[in-house]
Amino acid sequence: MTTLSKKIISNVVCPFCGSTCDDLEVTVEDGKVLTARSGCSSSSSKFLSCNIERPLTPFIRKDGELREASYEDAVHRSAEILANAKYPVLYGWGSTCNEAVRAGLELTEWVGGVIDNTATFCHGPSLLASQEVGMSTGTLGEAMHQADLIIYWGSNPVHSHPHHIMRYSALSKGRFRSSRKERRMVVVDVRRTDSAKLADQFIQVTPNGDYELLCALRMAVRGDELEQNVVAGVPAERIEELAELMISCEFGVLFFGLGLTASEGRHRNVDVALSLVRDLNARTKFLIFPMRGHFDITGACQVSAWITGFPYGVDMSQGYPRYNPGDTTMIDILARKDCDAAVVIGADAASNFPAKATRNLAKIPVISIDPHSSPTALISEVVFPSSFVGIETGGVIYRMDGVAIMTKPVIPPPPGVHSDVEILQDILSHVKKLKTGQ
Amino acid sequence: MYDPLNRIEGEKADISIRDGKVVEGVSDGATIIDASGMIVMPGGVDIHSHIAGAKVNAGRILRPEDHEKDVEKHTSITRAGTGHSIPTTYTTGYRYAKLGYTTVFEPATPLMKTRHTHEELDDTPIVDKGCFPLFGNDWHTIEYLQQGRVEECAAYIAWMLRATKGYAIKIVNPGGVEAWKWGRSLVGLDDRVPNFELTPREIIRGICKVNQLLHLPHTIHVHTNDLAKIGNYQTTIDTMDSVRGLGNENKPSIHITHVQFTGRTGSAWHNVGSGAPEIADYVNKHDHVTVDMGQIVFMNTTTMTADGAFQYMLYQLSGNKWLNSDVEVETGSGVVPYRYRRNNYVNAIQWGIGLELALLIKDPWRVYMTTDHPNGGDFTKYPKIISWLMSRKAREKSLARINRIARNKLDLPDLDREYSFSEIAVVTRAGTAKALGLKEKGHLGVGADADVAVYNIDPRKVDPSRDFRLVRKALKKAAFTIKGGRIVVKNGEMVETPMGRTYWVDSSVSEGLRSKVESDLRTTFTKYYSVQMDNYAMADSELAHSSRINVKADV
Repeated sequence: MTTLSKKIISNVVCPFCGSTCDDLEVTVEDGKVLTARSGCSSSSSKFLSCNIERPLTPFIRKDGELREASYEDAVHRSAEILANAKYPVLYGWGSTCNEAVRAGLELTEWVGGVIDNTATFCHGPSLLASQEVGMSTGTLGEAMHQADLIIYWGSNPVHSHPHHIMRYSALSKGRFRSSRKERRMVVVDVRRTDSAKLADQFIQVTPNGDYELLCALRMAVRGDELEQNVVAGVPAERIEELAELMISCEFGVLFFGLGLTASEGRHRNVDVALSLVRDLNARTKFLIFPMRGHFDITGACQVSAWITGFPYGVDMSQGYPRYNPGDTTMIDILARKDCDAAVVIGADAASNFPAKATRNLAKIPVISIDPHSSPTALISEVVFPSSFVGIETGGVIYRMDGVAIMTKPVIPPPPGVHSDVEILQDILSHVKKLKTGQ
Repeated sequence: MYDPLNRIEGEKADISIRDGKVVEGVSDGATIIDASGMIVMPGGVDIHSHIAGAKVNAGRILRPEDHEKDVEKHTSITRAGTGHSIPTTYTTGYRYAKLGYTTVFEPATPLMKTRHTHEELDDTPIVDKGCFPLFGNDWHTIEYLQQGRVEECAAYIAWMLRATKGYAIKIVNPGGVEAWKWGRSLVGLDDRVPNFELTPREIIRGICKVNQLLHLPHTIHVHTNDLAKIGNYQTTIDTMDSVRGLGNENKPSIHITHVQFTGRTGSAWHNVGSGAPEIADYVNKHDHVTVDMGQIVFMNTTTMTADGAFQYMLYQLSGNKWLNSDVEVETGSGVVPYRYRRNNYVNAIQWGIGLELALLIKDPWRVYMTTDHPNGGDFTKYPKIISWLMSRKAREKSLARINRIARNKLDLPDLDREYSFSEIAVVTRAGTAKALGLKEKGHLGVGADADVAVYNIDPRKVDPSRDFRLVRKALKKAAFTIKGGRIVVKNGEMVETPMGRTYWVDSSVSEGLRSKVESDLRTTFTKYYSVQMDNYAMADSELAHSSRINVKADV
């Protein structure tokens, strides 16, 4: 039931995690969100708290203090900073829309800077590994319809992607597997997580032991005998049992997260996992999925790739794209103190980076673009409040499996608050004037 | 001027252009482009080139090594980018324009991921474009056909083309990609698709009927079954034959793409041969078929198709890195880097097959020049292939360097046919535009789009058979490329970079049928897809430059 100003909007796309659930029901009235149903608690929290801690005007630092400023002044100041910088880095991108990423790529090109996204400390290792091995993957509906064996490795979806299990894996209803009984769920992690409590089997791996365990699994899958009794805390018999489970399933899927990408070995851990799944395809059907975190990190990497050829860490300072993770990636650049200006958008660098990198970030002029105020804003030279993609403004985002979904606004943004796309395009427009003298 | 659709073959002529169209005449104040001593053709129309979408981009990400040595710098009018076998989108547009091409079609896009394809096409400058959504392994399509509900299938496909802004129906390894989702393969056209009671033959015939009912401008565009099979030419012939009699007699009813890849004889890799003579014989005797070459070039390239089963086989053969991506309900895809080598017996035979096909098929209006970019090689190699078609001497030079046993096995050394400039115009623009049903492309008559390629080579002075290198040089860098009446390339360099249009087809079916099918879809969509139906379809406004083609269906 709706009153004159109250509206119920269905099939709203959730802009939170890489699951991008698109069956939310949002009730709005007088330009405010009243309820957000069908999503997880993170989802409703995002919708309901979008007006908390929210700057409504831009800020520019003057005499050491952030002072309210006009949008035009903020745009001009940002354009000056970037046009005059020798090696600026434009970072973030995981929590905005593709249209903004596109604008960011053009801006990076014009200022001869580096564009990097949150994959750089998240699934960058997965991208690196897949550039060596390839990947046998698919869309999430494949897991939903067909998977009778589901493995979460180094991933705790109950907390990171709360509706993932229900929508796409063990609790989902597919054409060929319609009930939980028809599926077997295994969790491999360093501790018994909440996701492990939902599993049929939990395997506890010694911290930083994933590489050895995956190698042992590969050996077992190939039929080689394990000469150790225990590998990475797991007895050989259990490894052989898991290998047997994987070979004898009809359709297996392996979802992996930061347990592999952020523990010792990083991209090499992912390399072995990708190779294991590839090997399994000689015996049965098996897919692997990186559990991408932010709601458009997949889109950010994809747009970066079709414009430059590379998914993250792209250096345009020579006038053409160069890619060398470890050299052209944000944290490394900051650690070396090589950049002299930064844009942070759709991410909170100051909160997530190693302390040394954040300290160096605080020493250079930063332009932050974010709906909420954040630690990054507090160390910035220019702060732009922006509108929420998927709540106040629309745009294309990509689910973790690469499916492109169009988000639409459900409420208008606060007056005077621009979208990420507009802000970037306005800065670009000024940069072009400064660079071409027109 | 070479404008074969209007029967102009090498005569001197003037072309008048105003407001993006070819017109009868213009005033004295008009800009004059002096193309004396040069060849003028309609802008190139590429009927099959993988330039945009999920698997193309997955290929870009997979192969940073492909890009590192081939870069394009940022200029005040052009965007930076990279090549090599899978160029970035801006680079793709510029490189096509420099070749004198003005229209390109992405030939395979999964329905569920076509929004992505259009995002990339919208970032591909200059050329007009479109895409072919995939239906040959789609659950909805297969189930409608299985139940004999052809008219409802047609209404469904019309809905999907509108939802995905697609131009034509693409079919890849019908039934075989669905089998691949269980790790299985089909053999031939009469094997049953697992979990469905239909065969590839029935899928192809059913969709062919749908295509006729919908009056789509292009025929069904088919990548046949058995690409992974060693000797597979018979499948190509069987596929062409499977729809004989279904169409109307004046128009083709099926297009088989990259025939080279399914043109092999043999039972083992060491005795592979060319099935081109048999296929060409069929094509010569049956005018319901059109084909494109899928010519290979000896280079390090990237294979990418919706044929997940074939790509897995190629990984097993080559040991190269392997990307696979299955798309729920609909299709699959795979990407594997691959180097074609002169010394490799099979690659040498493959090279011969493509050329034999083009030389043995008599009617240039039914065989088109492609490399299935980037599967056979990237599109910047087109001038080289054109020189092979035009010059026996050019072929002999290459033949001398390929695997000797392959050379002895091929008929190619004995073929002396040489394409004329007019025939080249047909197989690269006039014929492809006609096959696509694009009435304003591929010719320079009054009313045509002002898409023009001017190549600096004088057909009166240069013998393409002898001076094939001059032909290659001229075709690599257009003297002028005009797109929609604007000069975009001068002497092989970009001078202007407007964006082109995206063509798509809206086939209108009767209201009763449309609403029934849409209502049925609401039920099955929820069961089949992991996204909501309301979020699936693209709005017209999502395309940057939408160009809708309206047709009226027979249902």
